[in-house]
Amino acid sequence: MEMDKARKDDDLQLFYAWVMDRAAKAGFVLLLVTFAVYVSGVLEPYVPLADVPRYWSQPAPSYLRAAGIQPGWGWLKELHHGDFLNFGPIAILAGVTILGYVMVVGRFFRRRENILGWVIIVQVLILLLAASGIFKTGGH
Amino acid sequence: MTRSRRYRLLATVFLIFLLTSGILNIFATAPLWAAEASAAGAAPSAPWWVWSLILLGFSFLVGIVSLLGGMGGGTLFVSIIGGFLPFHLDFVRCASLLVALTGALSAGPGLLRFGMGDLRLSMPAGLMTSVGAILGALVGLRLPAQVIQVSLGFLILGIVFIMLKAKRTEYPDVRVADPLSSFLGLRGAYLDRATGEEVAWQVRRTPLALLLFLAIGVVAGLFGIGAGWANVAVLNLVMGAPLKVAVGTSKLIVCLTDTAAAWIYLNSGAVLLVVVVPSIIGMMLGSWAGVNILVRLAPVRLRYIVIGLLLFAGIRSLLKGLGIWN
Repeated sequence: MEMDKARKDDDLQLFYAWVMDRAAKAGFVLLLVTFAVYVSGVLEPYVPLADVPRYWSQPAPSYLRAAGIQPGWGWLKELHHGDFLNFGPIAILAGVTILGYVMVVGRFFRRRENILGWVIIVQVLILLLAASGIFKTGGH
Repeated sequence: MTRSRRYRLLATVFLIFLLTSGILNIFATAPLWAAEASAAGAAPSAPWWVWSLILLGFSFLVGIVSLLGGMGGGTLFVSIIGGFLPFHLDFVRCASLLVALTGALSAGPGLLRFGMGDLRLSMPAGLMTSVGAILGALVGLRLPAQVIQVSLGFLILGIVFIMLKAKRTEYPDVRVADPLSSFLGLRGAYLDRATGEEVAWQVRRTPLALLLFLAIGVVAGLFGIGAGWANVAVLNLVMGAPLKVAVGTSKLIVCLTDTAAAWIYLNSGAVLLVVVVPSIIGMMLGSWAGVNILVRLAPVRLRYIVIGLLLFAGIRSLLKGLGIWN
């Protein structure tokens, strides 16, 4: 009985590890590719690379105002620019744990580990709230 | 050629391509950026790629040292990059969070496979740290950089004190699990490959530990760090988890903490790609190089190298924040 439980625990952890591994690798490789697109100038950036040093010693809100950038998810409308294209892979990296939790939550409830299942649901809601852009500072 | 060597070679080739294409692009458009910079009246001291290369070098060194010292690297990264390079702390903290997150995501699957990271143990802890991280990030982005620098200085000096004083226990003796941990099913067993024995574990003082995790999250969000060192201390010293389980589970908690904080920084516009990407690449290459150095250095010497560096970074951060050493 104990061995069976240990094996199932192992399966659950291994599945979460597999999701995490694949998603993180995909995000990292995509980030390298999109960064190469950005610095090589294949896609014109929204903020020219040469202008970036003028902004990097300012606080983020001043940078947003000076460069005319909308905070939050505004970058989705600017994916044709080389710099904003990189936000896609960054969002993937910042979404790996959310994806992993969503993929395993059903398994916890199926194993009648309801308390931990609810912990996962609350955790996902908190991370989605953070990702939603409701909580942010600066900008216009 | 082994698989890992092949990956390293590919990464190096890609890095060279990346830098070459960036430099070529800059030379092609140099007159344009020079004119724009001059028109703006705030001419940068050097073009972006020079600073990105310097950042890459710094991150590489931080990656080596942090791996040798058994730290995630976020604390060293923020204090050293924020203390010595011209980037505002908002961008440094966001880059640091993404560096720590990428590192934890890379390490997490392996730790889970070897049973050293425990998914269940990380869940309630991660819930508390992620709530704290959101609060910390929201406060941190509103505070002046000088206040953050001074607080960071004190934090690092506190870490040095803990590193000198704290005595970790490989296998803490937890005879009775507390009711909350029993209710949540926070117990397990792992195969210790060093001894070949299966180590069963359970934990204690869960309510106190959860409050401490909330505080750790606030610190992580405020300073843009992973705070893995603090997770390990609470898991091992307060809850009584075996050291290997504490170290492994800490990485899973960092994934949750830094995901929450990173989204706040991302949505607040604190992302500068020329800071973020070289930092991630530099830290990853540094970690790979660090593994090779690790096998050749004595552990005691490593510990003092890291403590010395932290002491220097902490004093630097404190003096920079106070305007004494700019």
